[in-house]
Parts: sequence; structure tokens; C-alpha cells
Amino acid sequence: MSTAPVIYQTEAGKPVYGILAEFATPADVYHAAEKVRDAGFTKWDVYSPFPVHGIEEAMGMSRTKLPLLVGALGLSGACIGFGFQYWVATQGYATVVHGKPYGSWQAFVPVTFEIGVLFTAFSALLGMLIFNGLPRWHHPLLAKERFLKVGDDKFFIGIEAADGKFDPKGVRDLLLAAGATSVELVED
Amino acid sequence: MSAIHPDQSTAAKLSGALRQPPEPEYNPQTGDGSLVDDPSVRALLVLGRNTTFADITETVCGYIEKGPGRWFWPTFFVAAQVAGLMPIMILYLIITGVGVWGLNNQVDWAWDITNFVFWIGIGHAGTLISAILCLLKQKWRTSINRAAEAMTIFAVICAGTFPGIHIGRVWMAWMLFPIPNYNAIWPNFKSPLLWDVFAVSTYATVSALFWFMGMIPDFATLRDRAALRLMRNPDSGQMIPLLNMRADRVMAIAYGLLSLGWRFSSRHWHRYEKAYILLAGISTPLVLSVHSIVSFDFATSILPGWHTTIFPPYFVAGAIFGGFAMVLFLMIPARELFPGMKALITLRHLENMAKIILVTGFMVGFAYSMEFFIAWYGANRYEQDVFVNRATGPYAWAYWTMIGCNVISPQLFWFKFCRQSPVVIFIVASFVTVGMWFERFVIIVSSLHRAFLPGEWHMFYPTPVDILTFVGSCGTFLTLFLLFMRFLPMFAMSEIKAVMPQASPHKH
Repeated sequence: MSTAPVIYQTEAGKPVYGILAEFATPADVYHAAEKVRDAGFTKWDVYSPFPVHGIEEAMGMSRTKLPLLVGALGLSGACIGFGFQYWVATQGYATVVHGKPYGSWQAFVPVTFEIGVLFTAFSALLGMLIFNGLPRWHHPLLAKERFLKVGDDKFFIGIEAADGKFDPKGVRDLLLAAGATSVELVED
Repeated sequence: MSAIHPDQSTAAKLSGALRQPPEPEYNPQTGDGSLVDDPSVRALLVLGRNTTFADITETVCGYIEKGPGRWFWPTFFVAAQVAGLMPIMILYLIITGVGVWGLNNQVDWAWDITNFVFWIGIGHAGTLISAILCLLKQKWRTSINRAAEAMTIFAVICAGTFPGIHIGRVWMAWMLFPIPNYNAIWPNFKSPLLWDVFAVSTYATVSALFWFMGMIPDFATLRDRAALRLMRNPDSGQMIPLLNMRADRVMAIAYGLLSLGWRFSSRHWHRYEKAYILLAGISTPLVLSVHSIVSFDFATSILPGWHTTIFPPYFVAGAIFGGFAMVLFLMIPARELFPGMKALITLRHLENMAKIILVTGFMVGFAYSMEFFIAWYGANRYEQDVFVNRATGPYAWAYWTMIGCNVISPQLFWFKFCRQSPVVIFIVASFVTVGMWFERFVIIVSSLHRAFLPGEWHMFYPTPVDILTFVGSCGTFLTLFLLFMRFLPMFAMSEIKAVMPQASPHKH
């Protein structure tokens, strides 16, 4: 099923990013999110000053694959760390220490662990940022005066014009019916 | 610090534009209202029944936007002067040689490594509070986690300096790291001293990542507040002379860069929380490993007094003990100096930390006695002699200072009024901080100063350079912490908001 994307424009001729609705409390935005989810939208998001408990289910979000990436990179970091130490001890600069075999692995455990931790930490932070499409310098929503309260105490739902089901009138009515205190158009 | 005219501020208050930070009222039974003994009553994590999300934002951002107050710059000036001692002493050390310290043939590790272990130990409370309390879902951590993480970074900076400068030929310090060189020499990965390099540098890096990641949403809040003020008035904020820019413009750019474009999206929060839990999960074994590896520096040697298997858990417990003491030492005065902070760090939070100090104080007390027990039970004459000498020899004063500060002084926390009095907690925390420095001094110097032959018996006397380097490191720590209080969000706003009662989406 593929329909040609409709490109919406404002009267001034600027492309439309989407529609932004403000909600007063976490409960309001939670229940509104359930309604938007049930209406079948895909390109939309809930914005809140803190992660609202259970919003993943209310939005019908799938679980992130981040832990798999982090686990894989962490383990490969540990392998690289161990391999490097083994190479140094047996090939690079083979020296008899404690009268033990060159490759006796027990002494390599602490550094292997630390390198694994280092890779895990970097992949958790950088993976989170990359999956989130960050860093970015600007976003259409951040040009909205009302939206700048999102880090303070306001809650928002934004539905993007790129969503196949987007139509300005219908989205507006849906969000108002879901209890939005204000609805406005966001230019791209 | 933007000066608001008294009339303006009164007018603003009357019009409701400037809300006063919530100040808790004193109640003889429950202190500030958080000291509830009834287990069926949940003590408030943030005081004030009517405290809103906006109050939290206003209070925490206010510390940065309005400035901390008149006390700040004089304190900062003094701290920075003291901090200046450190680079001067290090420069003197480098151009003269390690002979400027009081080390001798026998005592070849003294204040340098004592300071290293002291600072790295203090650094452990930050990750403990952030990671372990996060995994255990201890919500009260939100009151102190940010400050504790900051403290961790600054303590690790102080700690990392000492091994770097104690090596003698400081310009060869790069050889600590496995860097390819034209002699094709690689470090010895079977040495605990090398494990230490990796443990401490990993710990510093991961703590910094954890700290920064926690601050991303708070940076975004600060950015949005500055942007909002600029949107309403492009000339808002004080003029900053050197930059020739308005303060709000500088804040919008600086916090904008630091926030990495965070826009509070729930899809982002989902991955953020997952990444945060992963970092907490990996930091927990990390924090335990770091001080264990530090203790291997001693435990894997054959020196009586060092060669003992109790060291790793004993060092970790001591680190938590000393780290919590330092958090209390810093945050109790901060609570008095910053308006509204008493609503965020409640008496109950202080009491919780006092209890942790009591418990970990017992752990180190147990370790001290177990060392003596094993020395006796192990029937090794040299080991026995070291411990008898430790308690009765020339360094007995240091040993008993350590026992007094670390084992006896926390016993005050058996009494409820001591646990609940910020003054008493502050005094005990200071004693513990001193005691923990002496613990490392006792372990290092009292074990080293008498070797197997009496011809090798020497005392250690610190030189002014030893003393001033340590004093300078305290100044560095304090200076960095003051800068943190001035320019970075001192509380995790998004986390505090998330644990407030009205944050639940199922509450109507």
C-alpha cells in the first residue's frame, strides 16, 4: 500500500512540519497518546519534561534494540582488550613475569574487564544519541514559543505531516477531543 | 548575578511572576516533615504539598541564572588561590626531582599515594549513588546524585594527578599507556600498577559520560529558558564585557551545544532510560572493580601489612564510607547557602546517608579488627610485628586517629537526634574525611617504614612541598566544585520531577 505523500503548505507557502498540541498533566497526555495510537498514526511523538511512566505502551512503541548493540560492542571491546594483552605478552614484547607462561591469561582479567566496560559505556551513550538522531542543531518544534516550556512543566503531542494519515483538520479535531489545551501548526 | 531592584522583586512576587522557592516549615516531631517513622507513610522526596514541576525548574535553574549569592565569588577566590598551590608545587617537583618530598630509601610511597587513594576513594560515592541506588530503585538518590557525580569527577582529577607525578621522570608518564614507540617496548599487563592505570582512566571516562548524559535534559531546559527569554526580548540578560554578548545569548549557545539538541521526545526518553540503566548496570561492577584494583597495588606485594586478601572488599567499603562523608561535607553547607535547597535535600535524605556511614563505618571497623585477627591467627611473625608496631609503634598516633575518626565517631549515629541534626552530621563527616586520609597513610607508611632488617627502619617526615601539594589538591577539588555549583545544574531536574507524586499518569 503506497500512496504518494501529500505535501502540506501554509498560506505563506512554507512546508508544514506537523501539528503540536499542549496538555496540562502527565495523565492527560498519557490518555491522549492512547487515542492517537489507536487512530493508527506512526510518525508522532509525546514530549514531556521527564519520561512519563508507561508512555511506551500508551504510544505503542516497540522496545529499543540498543541493549543488543551495547552488549555486542561491550563484548567485542573485552575481546579486543584480551587479544591485545595476549599479543603483547606473547609476541609484541614477550617477557617472563612471575616465572609463568607468556600467555597465562589470569593476569589479563582486570584490563579485559575495564576495556569491556569502556566500550559498553561509549556504545550506550553514543548508540542512544545515534538512534535518537542527535546531536542536531535545530528542530522545527524548538522555534515554537509554547514548546520551549517542555523542559519545564508542559506536555505535548506532535503529529508530523509526513505521517500517511495526516490531515490538518482531522488531526486537530482528534487532539482537541483528546483534551489538548491548545493546538497549533508547526512550520518546517 | 543579575541584580533585581527590591521594588521590582516585590512587584514580581505580588504578580506571581517570581515564585518563592518552597521553604519547609519546622515541626518538632518530624523536623522538616520528612522524618516520618510510620512505615505506612511515604516521606515526601520533595518537600511542600503544593510544590509544582515549575517550582523545581525555577529553583534549580535559578541557582545558575540568578547566581548563588554574595558569598560565592569571595569563596571562589580563596579556593582558587589554594588550588594555585598545586601547579606551583608540581612544577617545583618536576624541575627539581622527587627529592623535594620527604621520601627516603625505605618509605618510597607516602603522601603521594596516600592522596591518590584518598581522592579515588572519595570518587566512589558518586557512582555508588548514581548506579547502585539507581539499580536498587532508591528514589531518594535524586536529591544528591548530580552533586555526588560531579564530586566523583573532580576527586578523580585530583587522584589521577598523584600517580602521574610520583613516577620521578614525569616526562616518561606516557609509557604508562600502551603507546607504540620506537624501542618496541610494551607495558607489562601482568602488573597491578598497570591494571590501576586502566581502572582509574576507565573509571574517570565512564563517570564523566554518566554525569554528562544525566545532564543532557537539564542542559536542554536551561537552553529553552534562555531561548524563551530571548524570544520575548532579544536584549534580555546582563551584558558580559569580555564576550560582548548578553548573558542569555551565551547561555542559549553554551547550553544549546551541551544539550545536543535534546527535545524531550518520548521516543528519545525511551532509549535514554535504557542507556542510563545500561550505564548504571555496567558502572556497578566498575566501581567495585576500581577500588579492588587499587587495593591490588598493595595486596599483590609480599610486604607484611599489605599482603592480605581482605583488601579489595575493605577498600571498597572504605571508599563508600569516605565518599558519603564528602557528599555530606559539601551538601550540608550548600543546603544552607542556596535558597530552596532544603526542600530538595530533606532531613530524611541526610539521615539515610548518616545510616550508610554507620553501616560502612562498621565494615571498615570489622576490616581493621580482622587484619589484627589474621596477623595473630596466621602465625607469621613479621605480619604480627607490623600490626603490633602499627598500634603501639611510632605511628600509633596516626593509627588511633584513624580508629577514633572512622570507628568511634560514626557511633554517634546510633542516636536519632544525631542522625537528624545537620550540624552533628557535618562534624562526623569531617571526622570521617580526616580519618579516611589517615587510614591510607597508616596502611602505606606504617607498613613500609620498618622492613625485615632493623637497618632498614626509617621514619617518614613530610616536607612543606608534600603538605602544600595536598592542600593544593583540596583547593582544586573545591574550586571545581564551586564552578560546578555556579554553572551546571546541581540537581537532576527531570529525575526529581519524575519521582514527584503528580508525575504519575494514573493520578487524577
